[in-house]
Amino acid sequence: MPALIIRRIIQSVLVMLTVAVVAFTLFRYVGDPVSQMVGQETTIAEREQLREDLGLNDPIIVQFVRFALNTVQGKFGISFRLGRPVNELFAERLPATLELSLVAALFSLVVGIPMGVYTGLYPDRVLSKVFQTISLIGISLPTFLIGILLILFFGVLLSWLPTFGRGDVIQLGWWSTGLLTASGLKAVVMPAFTLGMFQLTLIMRLVRSEMMEVLRTDYIKFARARGLTNRTVHFGHALKNTLVPVITITGLQLGSIIAFAIITETVFQWPGMGLLFLQSIQFADVPVMSTYLILIAFFFVVINLIVDILYHVVDPRLRFDKSVVLGH
Amino acid sequence: MKSVLRIQDTVYRFFDSDIWYSFKKSKVTIAAACVTVIMILSAFTAPWIAPHNTFDPATLDLMDAFTPPVWYEDGTPKFLLGTDDQGRDIFSTILYGSRISLFVAFASMLLAMILGVTLGLVSGYLGGAIESIIMRIADVQISFPAILIVLLISGLARSVLPNVRHEEMAVWVLIFAIGISNWVHFARTVRGSTMVEKNMEYVQSARVIGRRRATIMFRHILPNVMGPVLVIGTIGLAVAVLTEATISFLGVGVPPTEPSLGTLIRIGQSFLFAGEWWIVIFPGVALVILVLAVNLLGDWMRDALNPKLR
Amino acid sequence: MPEPLLKIEHLGIEFHTRRGTLVAVDDISFDVLPGKVFGIVGESGAGKSLTGQAIIGLLEPPGRIGAGRIFLNDQRIDQLPYHQMRRIRGKKIGMIFQDPLTSLNPLYTVGKQLVETILTHSEMTPNQAHQHTIALLDEVGIPAAEKRIGHYPHQFSGGMRQRVVIALALCVSPSLIIADEPTTALDVSIQAQIIALLKGLCKEHDTAVILITHDMGVIAEISDRVAVMYAGRLVEVGEVRDIVKNPKHPYSQGLMGSIPSLHHKSEELTQIEGTMPGLMEIPPGCAFHPRCPHAFDRCRQRRPGLIDTKPSKVACWLFENEDRSGNT
Repeated sequence: MPALIIRRIIQSVLVMLTVAVVAFTLFRYVGDPVSQMVGQETTIAEREQLREDLGLNDPIIVQFVRFALNTVQGKFGISFRLGRPVNELFAERLPATLELSLVAALFSLVVGIPMGVYTGLYPDRVLSKVFQTISLIGISLPTFLIGILLILFFGVLLSWLPTFGRGDVIQLGWWSTGLLTASGLKAVVMPAFTLGMFQLTLIMRLVRSEMMEVLRTDYIKFARARGLTNRTVHFGHALKNTLVPVITITGLQLGSIIAFAIITETVFQWPGMGLLFLQSIQFADVPVMSTYLILIAFFFVVINLIVDILYHVVDPRLRFDKSVVLGH
Repeated sequence: MKSVLRIQDTVYRFFDSDIWYSFKKSKVTIAAACVTVIMILSAFTAPWIAPHNTFDPATLDLMDAFTPPVWYEDGTPKFLLGTDDQGRDIFSTILYGSRISLFVAFASMLLAMILGVTLGLVSGYLGGAIESIIMRIADVQISFPAILIVLLISGLARSVLPNVRHEEMAVWVLIFAIGISNWVHFARTVRGSTMVEKNMEYVQSARVIGRRRATIMFRHILPNVMGPVLVIGTIGLAVAVLTEATISFLGVGVPPTEPSLGTLIRIGQSFLFAGEWWIVIFPGVALVILVLAVNLLGDWMRDALNPKLR
Repeated sequence: MPEPLLKIEHLGIEFHTRRGTLVAVDDISFDVLPGKVFGIVGESGAGKSLTGQAIIGLLEPPGRIGAGRIFLNDQRIDQLPYHQMRRIRGKKIGMIFQDPLTSLNPLYTVGKQLVETILTHSEMTPNQAHQHTIALLDEVGIPAAEKRIGHYPHQFSGGMRQRVVIALALCVSPSLIIADEPTTALDVSIQAQIIALLKGLCKEHDTAVILITHDMGVIAEISDRVAVMYAGRLVEVGEVRDIVKNPKHPYSQGLMGSIPSLHHKSEELTQIEGTMPGLMEIPPGCAFHPRCPHAFDRCRQRRPGLIDTKPSKVACWLFENEDRSGNT
C-alpha cells in the first residue's frame, strides 16, 4: 500500500507541474504583462526598466523556476484589475467557496445515495419512477436556471430567503464563516441546493446503476441462496460493494463542485473564488486566472489522493500483496 | 434489382429489429423524438417562420418594450409571449436564439466527435507511445470539469484577440472550446472498441491483403464502433447545448448582438425582480425542453443498443 | 422404499418475451431420496440450472414457474411467500454455484460470511458460531482454519474457495444441496478432490444432493440416480448403473458414448450429429428426432411421455411396446 500511495503522490506532483507550466505560459505569454500594468503614457525606457525589474528578460527556465517558487510560497502576483495581491484576494474568497461546496456536497450525498439505493433495489415501484423523473429533469435543467427559478419563487414571490450574498459572517482567524449565523445559514440554502442538485442527480444515477449491476452478481445470488434476509443482502452485501466505485466517482465529483461553483456564485452573487475567476476572465486578468487554475488543480489532486486512500480502506483486494495468497 | 432487394431487406430488418421495437414501445421516446425534430426544424427555419425579425433594429419599437404575454390584460396577440426591454418579440428571439444554440452545439459536437473518434481509433489501433500520450492527456483533461476548460479557452481568446475581432469570433471560439472539452469520451470509447475489433478476423484479413492502415481504421473498423459513438454524440449534444447556455449566461459566450438561449436568460435575469418574469422564463423553458428531449433520446438509445444495462 | 425428500411434479418453467412465451423446462417430474445423490445431466441450455433455481425459488425474471408443483418433505414450496421461502433457503436447501471465484463477496472475510449465515438460521451465539465456523472450515479441508477465518476470498485459491462455498452451503446442515456444475470452473486436477469432498460430507451429514452437470463422468462416479435432460424435457430417469451400462434413449446412448472408457480403448468416442435446438425452434413430436438415428414417423408427430421400461423410465417411442406389456 505505501508504494502505491507514493506512486500516487509522484503522479500528483507531475500533474501539478503540468498545470504550473500551463499557468506560467498563460501568465507569461498571454497579453503583455507590462502593457497591462502601465498606462499609455509610459515611455519605452520605463517599460524596459519594468521588464528588467519583473525579470521578464531572464532565461525562460529561470523565470519558470521563480514562478514555481513564488507559487509554492503563495506569491501569485498582483491582479491587473484590482491592483491587489492575488493571494489576498483568494484568501478572502476561499472560505465562501469551500463552505458552499461542502454544504452542497453533503446535501447531494445525503439525499442522492438513498435515492439511488432505493431506485436500484425497487426499479419498478412508483416512487422509483418519480425519483428517475426528478433525476432526468435535474440533469436537463441547467444549474443557472435552477438558481433563477429558486430566486423567483423563494426570493421574489415568497420573500423567504435572501437572493444574493452570504449573509452575516463571523471571522475565525483569517477564515470567515457564514455557517454560524442565522442569516448566513439562510443565505446558503438556495445556493447549496442549486450547486448540489446536478451532483445529486449524478450520484443517484451512479448508485442506481451500480446497485443493479451488483444485484446481478453471483455472490448476491449465493447470499440469497443461503437464506440471508433481504435486509442483509441489500444493505450489507450489495450496498458495500456498490459504494466502492461510488467513492471514486463521488470524490471526483466533489472536486468539480468547487469548479461548478462559478455558475452558482454568479447567479447568487456569492463572494467566492468562482465569481472572482469569472470576473477575471471578462477582464483578461491573467494572474487571477492562472492562480485559480493552480488552486483548482491542487484541490483535485488532494481529493484524488484522499479517494485513493479511502479506496484502499474499503476494498480488501487492494490492501494485501499477492504474496499473502496461500496455495491450496 | 439486386440492390433494391438489398435495401428492402435492410429496411425490413430495421423494422423487425429490437431497436425499432423498443422505440415503438416507448411513448416517451416517441414524444422526445417528435419534440427534438420540431425544435430543430423550427430553429433552422426561424427566418421564415418567426413573426418578427429580431435582428433588424428598424422593426423594433421601444414603445413595445416589456409587453407581457398575450393572456395578460396588457398583452397583445402581436407578441404571443411578450417582449423584452427593447421591444423584441420573445417568441421570435427564442426561435433565433435556439438556432444559434443548436448551431454551436452541433458544430462543437461534430468537432469533438471527429477529434475524439480519430484519436481513439489511432490510439486503439496503433498503440504504443502515441496511445500513451493521447490517453494521458485524456486522463488529465477529464479530471477537470468541461465547463472550466471552456471558460479558460474563451478567457484566453479574450486576452489574445483584440476586442473588435473578439465579438466576431466569439461563436467560433465557443465552438472550438466546447468541442475541445468533449473529445475525451469519444476517444476513450472508440479506443476500447477498436482494441476489440483489431483482433477480429475481418481486420486481420484486411491487414493480410495489404490494406493501408488508414483504410483499415476508417473503412473497416470505424463502421463497427459507430453504435456507442452515436449514443455519446446524442447525450453529448444535450451537454453541449447546456454548456453553451451556461457560458453565454455567464457572459463569456456568444455576444448579446446574436443572443443564444443562454444570452437571453442572462439578459432577462435582471428584470426578474421587477416582475417581468417572461423575459427569462420562456427562453429557459425552451432550453429545458430541448435538453430534456435530447437526453431522453440519448437514454433510450443507450438502453436499446446495450440491453444488458437495463 | 423411503419417502422421497423432494418431489417434483410436472414442473414447467417459462419465459415471457415479446415474441411469445418460451418454454424452457417442460413437464418434468422426479423424486430425490434423502441422503442420496441425484444427478441431472444434459447439454448447456437443456434447462438443468433453471430446474435447480426453481427448486430453491430463485428463478430470475422474466423466468417463472408456469406449471407443476414442488414438495419438500410433503410441504409444497413452489408458491411460498418470500419470508417462508427464505427460511428454507440455506437451512433446508443449500446451493453451490459453478464459479467459486464469483460466489463469495469480495469485501467480506470468509469467516464473516459463514458466521452471518449460521446466525441467520440458528440460535447460536456469535461466539458459538465462530467456533462452529472454524470446525466447518477444518472439516472441508482448509488448513490453519483458525487463521484463515479472517482472510478475504481473494486470498484463497480456486479450489480452496470452492471448499469455502461448500462449507457455506453445509453450515446449517440442510437436508438437500443443489450443486450446479460445482467443478466446471476448477482445474481438472482439483475437480476430483472437490467431488470426493462433496460426496464424503453429504454421506456423513446424510444430506441429499442434486448434482447438475454436463459431465457424464462425474455423474457416473458419485450419483445414485440420474435424469437426462434434453431441450427442457426429461428423456430418461433411472438408477445410475442402469443408465451408464445400458442407456436406452438414443440421446443417452450418445452421451454415454462421449465418456472415454478404459475398457474400450479401440472404440472411437461417438458424437451426436447436430446441435440441440434453441427454445424457439423445438420441433414437434420428440424434440430429439432430427438428430436421432432411429427416428420414425411417430417421433415426428407425437411427443413421447416417460415410459417405464424397468428399471429406468424413457421418453422414447422405441419402447412403447415394452411399456404395454408391463403395468401402466
